[in-house]
Amino acid sequence: MRLQARGKEGEATFKLDVIHSGKDFWGEGVGKYWKQKCDSWICKSVLSEGHQRTVRKVAWSPCGNYLASASFDATTCIWKKNQDDFECVTTLEGHENEVKSVAWAPSGNLLATCSRDKSVWVWEVDEEDEYECVSVLNSHTQDVKHVVWHPSQELLASASYDDTVKLYREEEDDWVCCATLEGHESTVWSLAFDPSGQRLASCSDDRTVRIWRQYPPDNEQGVACSGSDPSWKCICTLSGFHSRTIYDVAWCQLTGALATACGDDAIRVFEEDPSSDPQQPTFSLTAHLPQAHSQDVNCVAWNPKEQGLLASCSDDGEVAFWKYQRPEGI
Amino acid sequence: MERVSGLLSWTLSRVLWLSGLFERGAARQPRIMEEKALEVYDLIRTIRDPEKPNTLEELEVVTESSVEVQEINEDYLVIIRFTPTVPHCSLATLIGLCLRVKLQRCLPFKHKLEIYISEGTHSTEEDINKQINDKERVAAAMENPNLREIVEQCVLEPD
Repeated sequence: MRLQARGKEGEATFKLDVIHSGKDFWGEGVGKYWKQKCDSWICKSVLSEGHQRTVRKVAWSPCGNYLASASFDATTCIWKKNQDDFECVTTLEGHENEVKSVAWAPSGNLLATCSRDKSVWVWEVDEEDEYECVSVLNSHTQDVKHVVWHPSQELLASASYDDTVKLYREEEDDWVCCATLEGHESTVWSLAFDPSGQRLASCSDDRTVRIWRQYPPDNEQGVACSGSDPSWKCICTLSGFHSRTIYDVAWCQLTGALATACGDDAIRVFEEDPSSDPQQPTFSLTAHLPQAHSQDVNCVAWNPKEQGLLASCSDDGEVAFWKYQRPEGI
Repeated sequence: MERVSGLLSWTLSRVLWLSGLFERGAARQPRIMEEKALEVYDLIRTIRDPEKPNTLEELEVVTESSVEVQEINEDYLVIIRFTPTVPHCSLATLIGLCLRVKLQRCLPFKHKLEIYISEGTHSTEEDINKQINDKERVAAAMENPNLREIVEQCVLEPD
């Protein structure tokens, strides 16, 4: 895996998000928008007015026209992109304290936020850009660190300081928690669905990555389900690879490669062994980049259009871009 | 004699546990760095207690043996175990915060830091340990102006 470019953010960068076209990305701490020009990146915009405190997470809408920013100031701003300019169209309030994550559903009509107040909120947006909270979910018993939507279903997953992962779906006019995934021994920091949405990867302070698989009712493998909800089982645990907390995991929607961001300053990539049993898959470490950054790596994101391009950001204030090539013979 | 051997076996088991966490081929025995530990101690002993007009050293919240520095693959891991004066939750997390901030700012060598309450000194020590080692919680706490002010006062260099 080789380095393509490095950009200085100036402050510890927690999260970044790569726009669906693959050409622009958002890095924050303050909130900076970068555009690729030839081989280097130019900061086109700095959004310093929307929030009063740290911006913890940013997320592009599926259409690429909107950006949501989640902040420690307990609000989430929605920005509309107009070429290289952004205009704040609305501010979502309601959480009691720091918002940790925000995510758009693939349909573009739903948004989820989560907070240290232990709740997950689901918001609906209509054609007039009006946002309405449709559900407040209080299933977790601690700080919720991350939310992510299934790639094709309206299924929401959340990761928490309470060491669990929870899944939610709509039922009648409300949202309900339909599964709780237990197994991690410490805070779960992040989640990623695989391209098919049948599996979910979670990473934790317990230094492992777990892969979970969805088993619908009447599945072939005979996994028991209660009612009409699928069951989730942990089918693989990647342990012994990371020496400190794993802050992020990203599942490439093009190739299926799994990347991790770790507190030991390293980035790692794992690939599933093609001959392994789908019910008990094995993953091999195909790339290990020690000292990818000079401090904790907080986030990794795959370019959704171009294979093998990975972005990472760190407490050292830098954003880096990497080119990953799958090793021969895998 | 008994105490020394207890410490030795604890250190050994920790070394073995840490070695097991590295991938094959990259395992190294962590080296215990005493000089570095003293450097760390020098910085933390002057931190003032949030409630009393004494330093953490004076109150024996930290002692020289509170600090352990390990060198693992050219990186340093600093582990601090402190003993809060009273079993009060918020005070313990506050001291943890002060320790972290002081070292983050003043320790000249690159390091990873783990802070724990000494075993058996607090009823909710697992909860406290988890909080003070969660960097996001620490960052958010430091954005609270009141908390920040207290921490700043505690870590202020003595004249």
